[in-house]
This record gives sequence, C-alpha cells and structure tokens, in this order.
Amino acid sequence: MAEELRKPIESGPPDPMPWMHPVMRKNYGQWKYHDILRTGVLVHVARNGERVYTVRAGTPRQLDVYAIRALCDIADTYADGHVRITTRANIEFMVADESKVAPLVDALNDAGYPVGGTGRTVGQLSHTQGWLHCDIPGTDASGVVKSIMDELYDDFVNEKMPAKVKIGTQCCQLNCGGQNDIDINVQHTRPPVINHELVSKICERPTVVARCPVAAIRPCVVNGMPSLEIDEKKCMCCGACFPPCPPMQINHPEHTKIAIWVGGKNSSARTKPDFHRLAVANLPNNAPRWPEVGAAVRQILEAYRKGARKYERMGEWIHRIGWSRFFEETGLPFTKYHIDDWRGGRDKLNHSAQIRL
Amino acid sequence: MAKKMPETPMLDELESGPWPSFVTGIKRLANSEDKQYADKMKSLLGQLEHSYETRLGYWKGGAIGVRGYGGGVIPRFSEVADKFPESAEFHTLRIQSPSGGHYDTKTLRKLCDIWEEHGSGLMAMHGQCSDIMFQGASSAQVQPAFDALNEFGFDMGGAGPALRTAVACIGMARCEFACYDTVKVHRRIYCDPEMLDYMHRPSLPYKFKFKFSGCANDCTNSVHRSDCAVIGTWAGDIKVDQAEFKNYVRTLGRKEIIDNIITRCPTGAISLNDDDTVAIDNPNCVKCMHCIDKLTKALAVGDKRGVSILIGAKHTLKITDTMATVVVPFMPMETDEDVENLYDFCSKVFEFFMDNALEHERLGEVIDRIGLPSFLEGIGVEPDPNMVIEPRGNPYVMIDDWDREAKKWFARKPAIRAAE
Repeated sequence: MAEELRKPIESGPPDPMPWMHPVMRKNYGQWKYHDILRTGVLVHVARNGERVYTVRAGTPRQLDVYAIRALCDIADTYADGHVRITTRANIEFMVADESKVAPLVDALNDAGYPVGGTGRTVGQLSHTQGWLHCDIPGTDASGVVKSIMDELYDDFVNEKMPAKVKIGTQCCQLNCGGQNDIDINVQHTRPPVINHELVSKICERPTVVARCPVAAIRPCVVNGMPSLEIDEKKCMCCGACFPPCPPMQINHPEHTKIAIWVGGKNSSARTKPDFHRLAVANLPNNAPRWPEVGAAVRQILEAYRKGARKYERMGEWIHRIGWSRFFEETGLPFTKYHIDDWRGGRDKLNHSAQIRL
Repeated sequence: MAKKMPETPMLDELESGPWPSFVTGIKRLANSEDKQYADKMKSLLGQLEHSYETRLGYWKGGAIGVRGYGGGVIPRFSEVADKFPESAEFHTLRIQSPSGGHYDTKTLRKLCDIWEEHGSGLMAMHGQCSDIMFQGASSAQVQPAFDALNEFGFDMGGAGPALRTAVACIGMARCEFACYDTVKVHRRIYCDPEMLDYMHRPSLPYKFKFKFSGCANDCTNSVHRSDCAVIGTWAGDIKVDQAEFKNYVRTLGRKEIIDNIITRCPTGAISLNDDDTVAIDNPNCVKCMHCIDKLTKALAVGDKRGVSILIGAKHTLKITDTMATVVVPFMPMETDEDVENLYDFCSKVFEFFMDNALEHERLGEVIDRIGLPSFLEGIGVEPDPNMVIEPRGNPYVMIDDWDREAKKWFARKPAIRAAE
C-alpha cells in the first residue's frame, strides 16, 4: 500500500496576536505618543495612560539555537516573555513596568548584545546572504556586517549622528540589498569567464542570451559543442548571466571589487524617497575584515556628522551642499565613472548655471 | 570518532570586537558533539573559511522541495563537497514569520527544538522579505523539518517566480502613526488560498512582492523593494494639541522649532504663530510625517485614514533600480469592506502582471516598457495628477480621445474631492 502523504496546511503568515505583549494587544490601535528615553529604549503611551517600554538590541541575524534560547532566557527573566524581530534584524523586548528596563539592559549587555539603534544612531546593517549561503555572491555578508558594526559600535549605542543612518550590504549587482544612506556593494570589473565544457550541459542558452541587459551574449560553437560568447566591448560586467548559467563565472578573487554608494532613503519624511549614488569604487574585497571598506565608511560618516544639520539624512545633506562639496568634505575622488551613462543618465547632469565655485 | 574542528584562522578574526559574532554562534553548533548537526557545522565552517581564503562562493542551486508545494526551499549543494562532505547539502527553508514580527519565548523555543532535531541549529531572523530562514537542512531533512514547522502553525514562504513573503510593519500594535491595520491587511491578502497558491506553486513571470507600511516613514522599505507598496496615509487635517505644541516651543526653544520643524516642511504648510501655537495649511500638507515624527505629543495623523498604493519597485536587475510610483493616491482603509476593496485591487494588479509580463520581468519593468497609461487602462484605474511629478514634457502622443477623457475627468472630479 502506498504511503499516505501528509498534505501541507496552507496557513500563510501566523497571527501575531497570541504572541504579542499583552499591553500591546490590549491597546492595539490606541497609541497616543512615544518618546526615546535613552538610546535603545522607547516608551509608547496609550490613550488610557498605559505604557509599554521597548528595549532594542542588535543581533548577528544569523542566530544559532543557543543564542536564541539565551535571548529567550533574558526575555523570561528580565522582560515579560515577549520579543519582536525588526526589519533590520534587531530584537526588541517589551515590558510594562519601567523598573524592569535597567536590569533588562544590563542583562543584554552582559550577554554581549548592544542596546541601541533608535533615533539618530547608525542602525544595524541590513544583511544579504553572501558566501554562507548564496549561489552567486561576490563577497560575504555576515562578515562585512560584523566588521562594520564593530567599527560603528559606538554609533549604534549612542545617538551621535545628525539623523538616523541606515547601512546595507549587497553581495552581487542584481537582486538583494537595497537603498540606504550608505550601501556596501559588489562591483564587478571583468566580464564573465566562460567554461565552455559546461555551458551545453547546464545552461539553457536562449534564457541566458535574453538575460543580458545590453545584448552582449551570442550563441556559438566551441570545439564542436554549443556554447555562448560575449562581446566584451558591450559587456558592463553586471553578472546577470551568472545565475541562469553558473559556467559564466563573474566572480574573481582580485577583480571583484567593493563600491560604496550613498544617499538612499525610503521614507517620504521631508524629502521624497531617493536612490543611492556611487561614492567610491575599486576597494579590495579584503576578507575577513574589509579594513579599506570600514575606513571609507568612517570617512563618509565623519564628513556627514560634521556637516549635516539635525534630522538631515545623508542624501538630504548631500543635496543641500552639492556633490562637489561632498567629494571635497569626504576627500574621495570624483572620476569619469561617477558620470551616469546608463538609461536616464542625462537627467543626472547639471542643466543649470548653478555651480559652487 | 567525532570530526575534528577545522582550522579557521580568518573566521576566527570575526570573533573579536564588540558586535555579537555569527562565527561564535556557528562554532557553538559545531561543538555540540551530542547533536546530529555538529559535523555538518564543522564542515560548513571549513567551506566558509575556504571561501574567505579564495574569495569565492561555492554553493549551487538545484531542485528540492516538499510534497504539495513547488517552492519555498532554496536548494544549496556544495561545489567543494569532496573537501567538505558533511555539509554537501545545506538547503534553506523559507518560513513565513508572524505578521509584525511578534513572538513569545515559548514559540521561539519550540522553533529552536524543531530545527535542532531536523536541521542545523542555524537560523536567520529574518530574511529581507521577513521569512525565518532555516538554513542548513540536508535533502532528507527538508520534509520532516517542514512537517514539524507546518504542524506547529508555520507555513512556507515564497521563492522563485512566485508571490513572495510580505512584510508588515509593527503598525497598530505599538505605533501611533499607523494609519491602517497593517497586520490585518497583510493576513487578509496572504492567508487567502488563491494568493497562497501563487506563493506555493510558482507560476508567475517572475517574483512579486507586497509590503505593508502604516505611514510614509515606510519602515518596511516598500517604496524601494516591493512590486506593490501599501502605505498608510490620511485625508484631511493633521490633529493638533496646541497646549502640547506650546509646551514643545517652551522646552525646545523657538529656534529649534523653526529650524528643525517649521522650515523642514517640504511644502511650507506649517508655520509658527506669535503666541507659539502652530498653523497648518492642511490642503497643502503631503503627509510626509516629519513634524508628526518629531513632535509626537502635539501632532498626530488625521482621522480619515486610508492607504496610498505605489507600484513597481525593484532592485537593479535588469533595467536598473525602479522606485514604486503612485497608482492609487488614496483608498480608505478603515472598514472590512475597505479591506475587501484593497484585496480586489491587488487581485487585478496581480492578474495584469500574470497576463502581461514577459518571462523574468518585474512589474516595474513592464510599466517601464508599456508606459503608465497602458498599465492604468489594464487595471481600470483613471489617471490622477498625484501620479506624476509633472505632466508630459514632449508632444509625441496621439490625442484622439482628448474630449472624451476630459469629460471623464470633469465627471469624476467631485467624487475624488469627496473621497479625500
């Protein structure tokens, strides 16, 4: 007799209500205002006067069961047994009683978890997957996050920035990662190297040809076997052909570089959302600590800290002072590679006599 | 005999410094000699160190799934399995997290127990679409791990050309800015059997993402990263507590209020009166949230609440980044009926995407290819000046239907005003 197969229960995202802190459940939709009591500690006050205190701590995002259980122990001993994971992989503990806040903060610090990330701090870097798990990464993610957050630890646990600073990583030039005040991204500098022996065995050639944004890939025959060739004059090294055809290896220990982009913003507060722009490229992919990347991030942050006005996000500061002063203040070089020649690039040229001299 | 810990001098460097270390965590798992995953995690450390040494990744995809579903598992097979055999199979299960990210410790502990028995003990909390990423199942572990998680009330998330897992901000659970119930709307759309079918049986041209943010601060980053961004807003006036406003002026000082609140309004809609109360030009307010963000006791979102819907964001591949843009300036979102209207709208957008996108084309790319007017026609939405920064800048367009379109505009104008 055939084995009876279990059918999946298609339930979608779980209902959070049973797991929510009771004060939050009770005052759902009834919140009046909030305050930041100290870096990493929020208080929200409901219309009926009830309060909930939130303590936010950074995590490595890649969590082992021992770390999660230790965080649960802290939640059970020092908080009310409820936690929340934020969109930037911080963990939040909620308590109804203010006197529980200080012991909770101490317990987290003692266990090695930094309390912060609220208000005008540098938040935790948003992760991608990197060498730990991705099939196309040019660099690692968790190691970059760890290295940069070690460097910026003080700015996570203290509100020392003009406004919040969001930083992200991106291990390829295609999909993951996002738009942040500062983005640490892969920059490929050489066309893919093709393993012709494997192309005909692994790759669906029309799919690969269609994937190229600049139509630089053509079918061809190599040693009697169907393969693909690249018009290297056209290729802009984006790596889009690599995911559907792994024998078109885009990554290289030396030629895969790191670039830093600045000025992304998703909130509509004050100015409209914006994309990040290239600040500096050609930094070495220098595992395990990426010191050149850390130094460049620090250089940009210090110029921003010195020059920006209160509540002014990175991009808003740059728009106010202009890009010429951005390069002056940060000490970074401006090159022909900063001038956009991809689609829509003309909109990014200065069409005025407004020039900072 | 237990497998030896690999030498990992490069990874070891990531154990120093004040930020908590993922390497230390993986080593804890690798050193759990009584657990089934100990050798696998030693092997994983070896492969990761090899990546650090050679600066290359060594995972490739494949086809692994669970019975009844066509997606949600990210297969990972090692290309260097000869050197690191125990982690030759290291698949991820994407599991949808509770809406808004809330857990109690009992639930978290149970998730740990399941993953300890059937996986690797390593989880990412969370992926960028808010999935819990259970990383490191062997091929044989995938089904039992999923069965245990599924029986416990958790369901598979999205991967591949499918409806992807959505993110909802914390919303009404703890935020006074939330203009709609993000959790309720998220679950109305994502617990729907028809929608889940698109998630669990990938059959779309490419991925499709929703994100639900309660206000224009957009904590879920919907405007950059979702094909359909549902962002809370309100129509009508900002709520003002003048006594609290005066209190802010008294405690923070006029210069602070003028420099950092009044002059930061993007439309000059807010001004300080001589008696230190505030005047707001509400029809010119664009609901950007800055003044409300900063003066939480004095200013609040208005009472007539709803959402703006922005469509078409995606990351770089392949035409470059596209930002989501306005398709529905305002849709009320207070009653159950409003939620159903949103569901119907989302279904229409979804249907259009399935019918019109080319293979591997995101909705933002479709709109870029065919133009926003054709998209609007396709989903039955009338044009609105809130959709553009400014009107057309070139004359290359056929205007055969101008009179009819103008008539339609005058006919619907009163209705638009009334809705707002």
